[in-house]
Amino acid sequence: MSLLELRSVTKRFGDFVAVDQISLDVAAGEFLTLLGASGSGKTTTLRMVAGFEHPDSGTILMDGADITGLPPYRRDLNTVFQQYALFPHMNVRENVGYGLRMRKVGRSEIRERVTRALEMVQLGHLADRPPRKLSGGQQQRVALARALVNRPRVLLLDEPLGALDLKLRKEMQLELKHLNRQLGITFIYVTHDQEEALTMSDRIALMQNGRIVQLGQPRVLYDRPASRYVADFIGETNLLPATVTAQRGDDLTLTIGNVAATATTGRSWVPGTPGWLAVRPEHLRVASGTAGPNRLTVTARETIFTGQVTRVYTALADGTAVVMHWPAGATPPEPGMALTVTWEPAHGVCVGD
Amino acid sequence: MSVTTRRPPPDRLTPALWAAGTGVFLFIYLPLVIVILYAFHDAKIVAWPFRPFTLHWFTDLAHDRGMIDAAVASLKLAVLATLLALGVGIPGAFVLDRLDFPGKAAFERLVLLPLILPGVITGVALLTFFSFVGLSLSSGYPLVPGWPVVLGHGAALTSIVVTQVYARLRRFDRALEEASQDLYASRLSTFWNVTLPVIRPAVLGSALLVFTLSLDEIAVTFFLVGRQNTIPLQIWGLLRRGITPEVNAAATVIFAVSVAVIVVWARLMRED
Amino acid sequence: MASALATRRLSRFAFAALPIGWVGLLLLLPYLFLFAHSFFRLSNGQLTHQLTLENYARLFGTPLYPGTIVFSAGIAARVTLLSLLLAYPLAYLLAFKVRRHKNLLYMAVIIPLWVSYLVRAYAWKIILGQEGVLNGFLQGIGVIDAPLSVLLYSKWAVMIALVHIYTPFTLMPIYAVLESIAPSLKEASQDLYASRWRTFVHVVLPLSLPGVVAGCTFAFVLSMGDFIAPVLLGGNDSALMVSNLVVSLFGVAYNWPLGAAVSVVMLLMTITLLTIARQVEDRLGGGAAERRAGQPGDAQAGMGRGALHA
Repeated sequence: MSLLELRSVTKRFGDFVAVDQISLDVAAGEFLTLLGASGSGKTTTLRMVAGFEHPDSGTILMDGADITGLPPYRRDLNTVFQQYALFPHMNVRENVGYGLRMRKVGRSEIRERVTRALEMVQLGHLADRPPRKLSGGQQQRVALARALVNRPRVLLLDEPLGALDLKLRKEMQLELKHLNRQLGITFIYVTHDQEEALTMSDRIALMQNGRIVQLGQPRVLYDRPASRYVADFIGETNLLPATVTAQRGDDLTLTIGNVAATATTGRSWVPGTPGWLAVRPEHLRVASGTAGPNRLTVTARETIFTGQVTRVYTALADGTAVVMHWPAGATPPEPGMALTVTWEPAHGVCVGD
Repeated sequence: MSVTTRRPPPDRLTPALWAAGTGVFLFIYLPLVIVILYAFHDAKIVAWPFRPFTLHWFTDLAHDRGMIDAAVASLKLAVLATLLALGVGIPGAFVLDRLDFPGKAAFERLVLLPLILPGVITGVALLTFFSFVGLSLSSGYPLVPGWPVVLGHGAALTSIVVTQVYARLRRFDRALEEASQDLYASRLSTFWNVTLPVIRPAVLGSALLVFTLSLDEIAVTFFLVGRQNTIPLQIWGLLRRGITPEVNAAATVIFAVSVAVIVVWARLMRED
Repeated sequence: MASALATRRLSRFAFAALPIGWVGLLLLLPYLFLFAHSFFRLSNGQLTHQLTLENYARLFGTPLYPGTIVFSAGIAARVTLLSLLLAYPLAYLLAFKVRRHKNLLYMAVIIPLWVSYLVRAYAWKIILGQEGVLNGFLQGIGVIDAPLSVLLYSKWAVMIALVHIYTPFTLMPIYAVLESIAPSLKEASQDLYASRWRTFVHVVLPLSLPGVVAGCTFAFVLSMGDFIAPVLLGGNDSALMVSNLVVSLFGVAYNWPLGAAVSVVMLLMTITLLTIARQVEDRLGGGAAERRAGQPGDAQAGMGRGALHA
């Protein structure tokens, strides 16, 4: 039995359906990310789990018990808010101890647990400061400590790293992942940043228009996207318009323009239907000859050096953009130069809309 | 290559602005300064030239039975009015901020009415009300200066509390209340531990405002007061009779108290 | 679950009932009573509850009453204009030209609003009297030989006092709006070839109009409803203004219905003016009224201050 279950949960705001019959099982201790663009319903879903929104239909269960109607203060989970929501009239120590106070925990125990929680986020020395005297990163840690000190079964995080600068964000991503492993607490994390999701999650639920379009491990969403939307949302990808000609199991033959190609897929196709071939830029390389399947002729347009990787932007004859990563150290092509690129069939995924 | 730099055109506006602004500032302050100055005027009639310096008007004031009684009455009235205004105004602000009900717009306008209408209108309206209802203007005397005037101040000044607290509530981050509930505090507990402390400056600030406004209130009080005068009415009486610098002394005391209140209020607001 | 929701609804209802009930009882009813009283008949000097229109007939029929209303409006209009001319430069100065201690100076400008209104009106009595400060000063420096008696006890004295009292009121909303104008707007204007003066005319002034409308409305409504200054400084014209009429009708002249009628007319005029002002403000600078409502402190405080005096 999973720790948290959502069964066909729906939420409407007037005419707008924010969450459309979502069903989800969250396992104990896992780091699950709800990933999506704004308006995808991810935050609303989180808020329903927390208790700040009431589902219009469906049930939410924790440990098999129905918590759908329970107010937030009766649920055994805690939230880290997007803008931290630290109580301005209390100092750090009082903020962190608030939940324990409300639960009528003994004073000495509160003191001890608060101290330990603050040490865990390395803020022990700032215990007596008011929130306004802390930096964004420090405030974020206080919010984290304030939630964790209560030892919740589930920790809900609503885009908590959005306001931090890049370097700090990356550090915190790792820290959160470690905390999840260390404490064994289930994390449900909401973000629109796919890289963040890939970094931290055990599983990702990609949401679009109030529904989950793919749920699985990061690797799976990356290598085997279920639809064009997933392929496009996660990581960089090339999407080449293609037509399926034949299918055998997971293997497909298709045509891109009039070039024959082979690819993999996760669904069944009717021959003749159009689709998209998704190939990641890092899987494209220059071919040693023009013979063989999976070979496309492109014209180089631009080269952009970003430090970590050199991207070469090219185009097919019909104008479709194709991006590839150029190996480090090699001389990138001049604009206008013609190239033949190829990829392994296993690296090409054919997806529908 | 040489480049000639031209200086920016002379700014004739700014000095003119400073002159005008300072002039207006003086216009606003000089009369007050004169009143305070003449509180120390060593002569019976308030006339030019100014004769320094005496404190005996202040001692006269301290012995003026009428003034002292009026002061006590004014203080009682102010305290009661403040309590009433807070007791009704704080819930009123929350009602405006959080509830939707038919007639809400009308309620909002109604609450603001005493603030924007000339006090005379509110005063006579309350007078007709109390006389119709049969509540005597001197009822409650000597405990209170009169129930009508207490209720009248409370009613008229509730708007102050409502507007101030409502303004603060609109800036209030609801996530704080959600966080509190997330941390196991019930709604009531959340209100007490989080909401109220955060809006405290607005509450205290508006209490101070109501207190001062009540002390200085003339228009509504004029119509509702019973046997016992408040300070403004007492001064009004003195002014009708003939001016001695004792009035200036009273004015100076009032000025000092007002400034003190404003300073406290400003500090409270800055805290926010 | 359903019962929990129901109890919450009930307690919410009870909680809301208090302020709504209070406001209904002590604000709505009195204004309604005032309205009702304007239709009562005065019979042999006694108030009856018989309904009649004769009060309004008398009000509009006798030249005294409309005349006084028009006169008061005229005074109020002049006071408003003068206050505006005085307040705007100071507001501009405070908002844009003062660097240090801006808050302190603003507070200093606001403080007089909190000093007893009576005191401020009375100050002009000292200043303008025959033996007053101004006369003495002018004689002292030799500008005039004999004291000017025309200064005090005239409508001019009343006007000066009202301008003095209401200039800070007019200043507050103007300052608030000017403060909210982003400096980058002025910079953009100058970047696009407008001089300082033209930037003022084409950018700052239009943006400040909502504040100007608000300030002028306060000043007008409050000075029209003023009854202290005319009595202290008006001399023979001490029944100058509308509020004085109301005071005497509810006092010595003892004609409550007529007094109520006059009050109702004033009430309607005020509400109409405020509604128009709000429309104008909204049209001019969407959110100005909103901004005022959402402003802590000053604006409402000042409004309250003024309304309860006049």
